[in-house]
Amino acid sequence: MVNLTIDGKKVQIEEGKTILQAAAKCEIKIPTLCYHPVVEAYGACRVCMVEVTVRGKTDLVTACNTKVQEGLDVQTGSERVLKARRLNVEMLMARAPAAEPVQELAKALGIEKTRFEIKDPQEKCILCGLCVRACETIVGASAISFIERGTERKVMPPFGEPSEACIGCTACAYFCPTGAITYEDKYGRKVIHTELHLGPTTAIRVPIRQAVPMVPLIDTEACIHFKTGECKVCTKVCDREAINHDMQDETLEVEVGTIILASGFKPFDAKRIPAYGYGHFPNVITALEFERLVNASGPTGGKIKLADGTEPKAVGIIHCVGSRDENYNEYCSRVCCMYSLKFAHLIKEKTSADVYDFYIDMRCFGKGYEEFYHRLLHEGTKFIRGRVSDITDMAMTQREEGKLIIRVEDTLLGTVRRIPVDMVILATGLEPSIDHNQLAKIFNISCSQDTFFLERHPKLAPVSTFSDGIYLAGACQAPRDIPDTVAQAGGAAAEALALADKGTFALEPVTAEIDEDLCAGCQLCVNLCPFTAITYDKEKGISVVNDALCKGCGTCVAACPSGASHQKHFRDSQIFAEIEGIFVV
Amino acid sequence: MSNAKPKVAFYWCSSCGGCEESIVDLAEDILKVVAAVDIVFWPVALDFKKKDVEAMPDGSIAVSFINGAVRLSEQEEMVKLLRRKSQLVVAHGACSHLGGIPGLGNFWNKETIFRRAYHTTPSTQNPDKIVPLEKTVLDGKELTLPRFFDTVYALNQVIDVDYYLPGCAPPRDLILSAVGAILEGKLPAKGAVLSPNKSLCDDCDRNDSKPEKLVIKEIKRPWEIMLDPEKCFLAQGVICMGPATRTGCNERCIEANMPCRGCFGPTDQVHDQGAKFLSALASILDTNDEKEIDKIVQSISDPAGTFYRFSLPTSILQRRRMEAIK
Repeated sequence: MVNLTIDGKKVQIEEGKTILQAAAKCEIKIPTLCYHPVVEAYGACRVCMVEVTVRGKTDLVTACNTKVQEGLDVQTGSERVLKARRLNVEMLMARAPAAEPVQELAKALGIEKTRFEIKDPQEKCILCGLCVRACETIVGASAISFIERGTERKVMPPFGEPSEACIGCTACAYFCPTGAITYEDKYGRKVIHTELHLGPTTAIRVPIRQAVPMVPLIDTEACIHFKTGECKVCTKVCDREAINHDMQDETLEVEVGTIILASGFKPFDAKRIPAYGYGHFPNVITALEFERLVNASGPTGGKIKLADGTEPKAVGIIHCVGSRDENYNEYCSRVCCMYSLKFAHLIKEKTSADVYDFYIDMRCFGKGYEEFYHRLLHEGTKFIRGRVSDITDMAMTQREEGKLIIRVEDTLLGTVRRIPVDMVILATGLEPSIDHNQLAKIFNISCSQDTFFLERHPKLAPVSTFSDGIYLAGACQAPRDIPDTVAQAGGAAAEALALADKGTFALEPVTAEIDEDLCAGCQLCVNLCPFTAITYDKEKGISVVNDALCKGCGTCVAACPSGASHQKHFRDSQIFAEIEGIFVV
Repeated sequence: MSNAKPKVAFYWCSSCGGCEESIVDLAEDILKVVAAVDIVFWPVALDFKKKDVEAMPDGSIAVSFINGAVRLSEQEEMVKLLRRKSQLVVAHGACSHLGGIPGLGNFWNKETIFRRAYHTTPSTQNPDKIVPLEKTVLDGKELTLPRFFDTVYALNQVIDVDYYLPGCAPPRDLILSAVGAILEGKLPAKGAVLSPNKSLCDDCDRNDSKPEKLVIKEIKRPWEIMLDPEKCFLAQGVICMGPATRTGCNERCIEANMPCRGCFGPTDQVHDQGAKFLSALASILDTNDEKEIDKIVQSISDPAGTFYRFSLPTSILQRRRMEAIK
């Protein structure tokens, strides 16, 4: 530890720290411009000048990069210091007259006008080089540097051309103390709703306020460290030293007796229906985006706003987007009708907008749901029965000017209508969250036609699968809402516990068998087995059925081209005998 | 008679002659056969007549090798005669074993085959519309021809058959070992096919080249692609009947970089080679989309002739329904 005195205050600080850090510790403010705690100090702007006395010798030094010494006496506001600082600020004023922090500093020091010649009244850059150092040492890109000499000196990418080395991180603009560096989206994109929660954000963040566990994550796609190997600014500012860039995904092997699959769902990708213009029209948003928009902790604090920040006067909600549609998914996603009604209610509650609900059939099947629908009818939501054909911004009348026009056949009126609105919410349906066919293969279970997991029996074994010990909960089995999911998950948990408690289960007696003497090892059956019960024994050159995994589905039996695979109790000879039996009578 | 050499007869029915050739192909080994047996009837090579056979006592021939399918009344008559005169009858070659290539005629009947053969082929010039008749009177004399059946039969559909020598034509080593087994009396149970009861993949050198997941996205005919001489044909999208075909042929076609066509017929436990292979092929098509499946299946040129090339008469189908033929 080092002891020193700053403006008469005694300070103790670790060796290697700077005078600026020591001053901060005893809450003495020394003005700075080119200093940033995460970038190594360079002492370029020289506004942090202080007077130091050590062993009877007095000198003027920059506080930001002068290390503390034992017995150091520091004066931050002596006449000599102020004189030097004024001179430096005056020179900076001449150099960068438009830089606001310099003007403020001048004001604080009582300088009204610089005595030096102003070359460019619009100039903001004080040539401190903080951006250059940040780009090199923090970002690791070295995309910008000083070019030219003397009065011509400036910060530029090589040859003043856009540089390939630039990764577009905007760190230079972030670090610039005077706002001399700005950036713009070269595609000229404006803020649209999708970006309110998915757009510009930091590479390290807590994903949402409701995240569990409530800890930040690093987006390795966006993190500068994973691009250039440098930066790690987050580790410098986290005094808990909780950030570890070297963490790797881990594969854990856990031995269990029963498994409950709850892989959930993902919303239908609305971009798959180009006619609805999602991604093209900023005010066409998906249900999940709207959910985020009305969330009190969301980007607008729960206010329903259009892309331009104004409140919508008319909102259309389109049901069955990606559901009940031969082109996408034939099934009903079950939850969309009710959440759409909730949206309609929220819009009515929070704004004075007209709400149009475009539905095929109202599916208000749960407890209290029908009553809620009736409430909406009384609240004045306009329900239009018919599937929306497309959404366009091509106005045909004055009234449609600047609006999104929803074209729909109103099947109750029997006519095609054009409804101009400001915002469209697409009630996207539910789809399996990940590749279910692959997952089914891993867990030896089946998928139904709609690629959701197949239960053992729709009525008698709704949470079981064809693999003993593997159960289903939630939307991975079929689209379902929260009450149904909770109920089903409880059922699955109970089943899993019952089996775990018993400790054993009975095997299927009707399994397939591959005759060793007949199998030629053609391996056609190996990949067919939906339960991965067949393996190829390379040494023997034959395929082998694992009795514990085989469910007796008979797929391999049908496929075995040499007749080596047969199903117990359903051998060809038995089936032929049955057929012959039929004809005897 | 105990010291006399066993008597052997060869006969051909509806066949291409390749099976006769397979006997000749025994080369110098045929001398061993001739030394060990007495050939009493072999129309393609020796001048014996039907009446010579008729004159033999019943059961006096030790073994008759009969090749070709039964398509004419004459063939039916001859095989029945030989059956009566022989202790053993061996169906020699794919046609007598399974019905063979002539068996594909079962997709038609006599009328349609005659119409095609004598009237409608582009190379036919038959202004008088002459067709072969069973009885014709010429210059006051009656000439007869054997009756042409609507259906082609495998040998065992006409007479009782003791053993089967598979192949188109049966390979040399199988014939020799069959003859040897007969001479030594070391015969398997009656009705056996004298070839190992496993499918061709068991012996195929290319079996190890099968990818971990054997799937077919597109079906190709051999001439459409450059065939990799080491890779499984199915993995190349070419239909190879090997998985559904009995082994024992020494992979003659595979060695020549051609896929198996199925001439050895199914293994014992399979009833219908074509259906079985179809079922196997369907299970390795790499799609679940009905339209795409349809597209792939449509790309199979002549599916009946591909999957039932040798085995239609002995399949569960046996033939096309007569009333469906026009």
